[in-house]
Amino acid sequence: MSLYTLTVHELRAKLRRGEVSAREATQALLDRIRTVDSKLKAYLWLNPEDALAQADAIDRSGIAKNGKLLGGVPIAIKDVINVDGQPCACASKILKGHTSVYDAFVVQRLRQAGAVLLGRTNMDEFAMGSSTENSSWGVTRNPWDLERIPGGSSGGSAAAVAADEAFAALGSDTGGSIRQPASLCGCVGLKPTYGRVSRYGLVAFASSLDQIGPFTKTVADTALMLRVLAGHDQNDSTSVPQSVPNYTAALGKGVKGLRIGLPKEYFIEGMDREVEAAVRAAIQKLQGLGADVVEISLPHTDYAVAVYYLIATAEASANLARFDGVRYGARVTGEDVIDMYGKTRGAGFGPEVKRRIILGTYALSAGYYDAYYLRAQKVRTLIRQDFEKAFEKCDVVVTPTSPEVAFRIGEKADDPLKMYLSDIFTISVNLAGICGVSLPCGFTASPRLPIGLQVLGKPFDEETVLRVAHAYEQATEWHKQRPSL
Amino acid sequence: MQYEAVIGLEVHVQLKTKSKMFCGCAVEFGAEPNTRVCPVCLGYPGALPVMNEDAVRKTILTGLMIGSDVARFSKWDRKNYFYPDMPKNYQISQYDLPLCLRGAVEIKLEGSQTKSVGVTRAHLEEDVAKNFHFDTTSGVDFNRAGTPLMEIVSEPDMRSPDEAFAYLTALKEILISGGISDCDMEKGQLRCDSNVSVRPVGQKEFGEKVEIKNMNTISGVRRALAYEIQRQTAALQKGEAISQETRRWDDAAGKTFVMRTKEYAHDYRYFPEPDLMPVAISDEMLAAARRLLPELPEAKRQRFIKQYGLPEYDASVLVAEATLAVFYEQAAQASKNPKAVANWMMTDLLGKLGEAKTTIMECSIKPEQLAELVSLIDSGQISGKIAKEVFAEMFHSGKSPAAIVTEKGLVQVSDTGALESFVEEAIAKNPKSVADFRAGNAAAINFLKGQVMKLSKGKANPQLVGELLLRKLNSK
Repeated sequence: MSLYTLTVHELRAKLRRGEVSAREATQALLDRIRTVDSKLKAYLWLNPEDALAQADAIDRSGIAKNGKLLGGVPIAIKDVINVDGQPCACASKILKGHTSVYDAFVVQRLRQAGAVLLGRTNMDEFAMGSSTENSSWGVTRNPWDLERIPGGSSGGSAAAVAADEAFAALGSDTGGSIRQPASLCGCVGLKPTYGRVSRYGLVAFASSLDQIGPFTKTVADTALMLRVLAGHDQNDSTSVPQSVPNYTAALGKGVKGLRIGLPKEYFIEGMDREVEAAVRAAIQKLQGLGADVVEISLPHTDYAVAVYYLIATAEASANLARFDGVRYGARVTGEDVIDMYGKTRGAGFGPEVKRRIILGTYALSAGYYDAYYLRAQKVRTLIRQDFEKAFEKCDVVVTPTSPEVAFRIGEKADDPLKMYLSDIFTISVNLAGICGVSLPCGFTASPRLPIGLQVLGKPFDEETVLRVAHAYEQATEWHKQRPSL
Repeated sequence: MQYEAVIGLEVHVQLKTKSKMFCGCAVEFGAEPNTRVCPVCLGYPGALPVMNEDAVRKTILTGLMIGSDVARFSKWDRKNYFYPDMPKNYQISQYDLPLCLRGAVEIKLEGSQTKSVGVTRAHLEEDVAKNFHFDTTSGVDFNRAGTPLMEIVSEPDMRSPDEAFAYLTALKEILISGGISDCDMEKGQLRCDSNVSVRPVGQKEFGEKVEIKNMNTISGVRRALAYEIQRQTAALQKGEAISQETRRWDDAAGKTFVMRTKEYAHDYRYFPEPDLMPVAISDEMLAAARRLLPELPEAKRQRFIKQYGLPEYDASVLVAEATLAVFYEQAAQASKNPKAVANWMMTDLLGKLGEAKTTIMECSIKPEQLAELVSLIDSGQISGKIAKEVFAEMFHSGKSPAAIVTEKGLVQVSDTGALESFVEEAIAKNPKSVADFRAGNAAAINFLKGQVMKLSKGKANPQLVGELLLRKLNSK
C-alpha cells in the first residue's frame, strides 16, 4: 500500500515507530500531487523544497517520533488562512502576489503539533461559492468525476484529501464551505461550534459565521485535528475560553440510547432520490446500532438562505473594503485615489464577489437597514432558537449534507440563486452557531458519486457529533472507497 | 435685528494609554513613520481587533467626571467609508450604544458667573492614520492608526465664542486632572470641530448649521467662531440664506472656506462589529473607576498644607483650578523649596497668565523649569531681581532658566575681587552717604548697596555686597 493512502492515525503510527520519516511522508505526497494534480487542480501553490526542509527539521528534532499529535504529518491549507512567508490570495486576483506576514492561530497550533505546512489549496474567491468555479485560477475537479465540481468553497482541500493528495487539510465554513465539499468529494469535514477555533489569521468573509475546520479521511482523524485546532485565543475576541476535551477519547462510546433528531423540514420535495435513500438507510443503520430516532421541527428553515445572504453579504461588504490597493495586493493606478479604488477593485474582484459586496452594501444602506439587515438578524435569532428547542428533544440532528451530489462544471454557473440553494442544509448551522460534520454515507449508482450525511450537535458538543459519526463510519465501508485517478 | 449664535462642539481626545485601541502597538507621538504598526492596525487580511480595557476605563472615568450616565451595556459598530488613512476602510466606533450618555461641563463666564454646558454623549473609537502629500506621490503613516480616541459631543448650549473657549478650557482641565489625556493640541491629542448657526434673538428654532473643521488651538476655535458668526449674521442681514455645509478654518487668512456641501453627506452604513463582543460594565468596573476619580479640592487643600508646608491661603489659591494644582505638584516635587515655588506661581505666573489672557495649560513654562528657577536663586547663582528677568524670558520663549542665564550672562557675581572695585567706586562717589553711615545712620548703607547693584548691572550677590560694604566702611 502506498504511503499517501494512509490516514493521519496510520501515518502517525509509522512515524512514531520510525518506519517512516517526515521527509518520506512529505515526498510521498509531493509525488502523488505531481502525478494527479494536473487533472484535479486542488493545489494553488506548493513549495516542495520548503516542505521538505520543514520535514527534515522535524526529523532532526525527533518530533515525529515523540507524542506530538501531528509530528511529521503534512497538512494542506486553504488559501484563506495566513501562513507566515507563504502566499495568501484567497484565490483572488486582488491579492495576487501577497505574502502573509504572520501565522494564523491555527497555523501556530499546527506548527506546535509538529505538522508540515505543505501547500495551499484552491477555493471559491474569498470563500464565496459552492463549487470552486469562482476561483480566479480555475475550477478544481471532483476526483470521482473530472467533469464535475468538488463543491465549495473549500473544494481544493476536499478534493486533495479525497484524492490522497493530502492526509488532512484545513478549510473554512461560512455557510457549508467545509461540509458541502466534503460531502461531494466523499471525505469527512467538520465545522466546529462558532468560537471553538480561533479565526485569527483567517481572511474574513462573514465574521459572525466563519469558522475553520479540518478535512480528513476518517472521523478519528477529524477528532485528532480538532484537538490541535480548538482552544481559546486572546487575539480573537469571539473565541471561547472553554476547555478542550480529548475528542479522541470520546469516540468509542457508541450511540446506544442517544436520541437522533430528524427535522421534517429537511426531507424536502425535489431532493435527489438516491441522496434521500442513502440518508434514510444511514438513519436505519444508526437505529440498528442502538440510537433512538425522534422527529423534530426547525420551523424557520425556509428563511435560512435569505437571512444568510443578507447577513453574510453585509459583513462581507465591510470585510472586503480593505482590499483597496493602498497597502498590499494588486493596485491599478488611477487619476486620483477614488479612481484607483474603483479600478483596483474593478479589476481585482471576480463577478460573484462583486455581486455580494453590492448586495451587502445595499442591505446596510440608509433606509434599507431595518428591512433587510436588522430583520435578518431577528430571524437569525429565531433560527438559533429552533435548534435550542430541537436539542431539548434530541442529542444530535441528522440530515443530508447537500440535497444533491456533485453537479457538472458550468451547470449552475449562470444561476446564482440555484447555486445558493445547494447550501440549504448547511447554512442554518452557521446562523445558529452550532457544530456539524459531514461524512460519507453512500454513492449514487451511475455516475458513481459520493453522498454525505450531516450530523449536527449542540454548541460545544463536538464530542457527541464525532461519537455518532464514528459509530456510523465504523459500521460501514464508505470511508474506505477511493476514486480511481 | 439682533442675532445670536448657537454653538455645539465635537471634541476628539486621544487617550493616554500605553497601547492602541485594538492591538498591542505602542501609542507614541513622533516615532519614525510606520514603525508602531502590526497586522491589526494596518488592516492586514485575517487580523482581528481586541479591545483595550484601559481605554474603556478612562472613558468611564470621564463619564463619571462630567456626570454622564455610564452605560451598563455598550457595543462596537463599524462605520464604513473609504479613505487612505483608514486601514480597513471602516472605523470601529460606537453608534447607538455609547459608553457615556448625557452629562455636563461647568464653565466660568466673565465675573463670577458660571454656566452648565450639556454633553450629549461620549464614545470610544479608533484614530485614523496620517496622510502626507509630496510633489508627485502621497504617503500614509499608520503609527497613529488605532490610537484610542474618545469623541465628546456637546449640546448646542453655547451662545458665544467665549463660551466655546470656556467649555474647551474646562473640558481640557477635567481630562488632564483625570489623567485621561495630555490634551496637547499641537500633537493632535485634542481636536475640535464645531457646529454653529445664527438666529434672530427670541426665535426658538435653530438656524441652518455649518460645521467648521481644522481649528488647531483653543483660541483658534474662538477666532473661527467669531468669524463664522459674523459671516452668517451679515449674510442673514442681507437676506441671504445660510446653506448647510462643512467649512474649513484657515487661521492665517482668518476666514472659513467651503469644504463640502450637504449633497456629499456620507451614508456610513453603521452595523454592529461582529469581531468584538459587546461591553458589559460591571458594578466592579464602575466602582474601580470611582476610585480613580481625582481628589476633591478640599482634600487636596489639606494635603498641600501638610505635604508642602503651605499656608492656608496659598493652598486655597493653588487648588482652585485642577490644572493649576497639577502644575504646582509637578513643580513642587521637582523642587527642594515648595513654598518658594508657590510664591512664584501665585504672584508672577498667575500675573503673567492674566496679562497674556491665557491659561496654565497653554503656558510655555514647564513645572520642572519653575522648580529649576527657584533652585538657581536658592543656590545663589542668580539674585531674586535677575530671576524676575529670567522668568519673563521663560514665559516668553519657553527656554529653560539655566539656558537663559548662560545666554544672557546673568550669573550672579559672587567674586569678591570684582565686587570690591564696585564697592570702592560706590564709596568714593557717595561721600555723603558714607558720612551719614559713620555718623550712626545705619540705613544709609542701603543706598550704597543699591549703587553697587547698579554698577554691577544687578548681577552682584546682594548679601556679599552688604558684607563687603560693612567691612570697608568700618575699617576706615
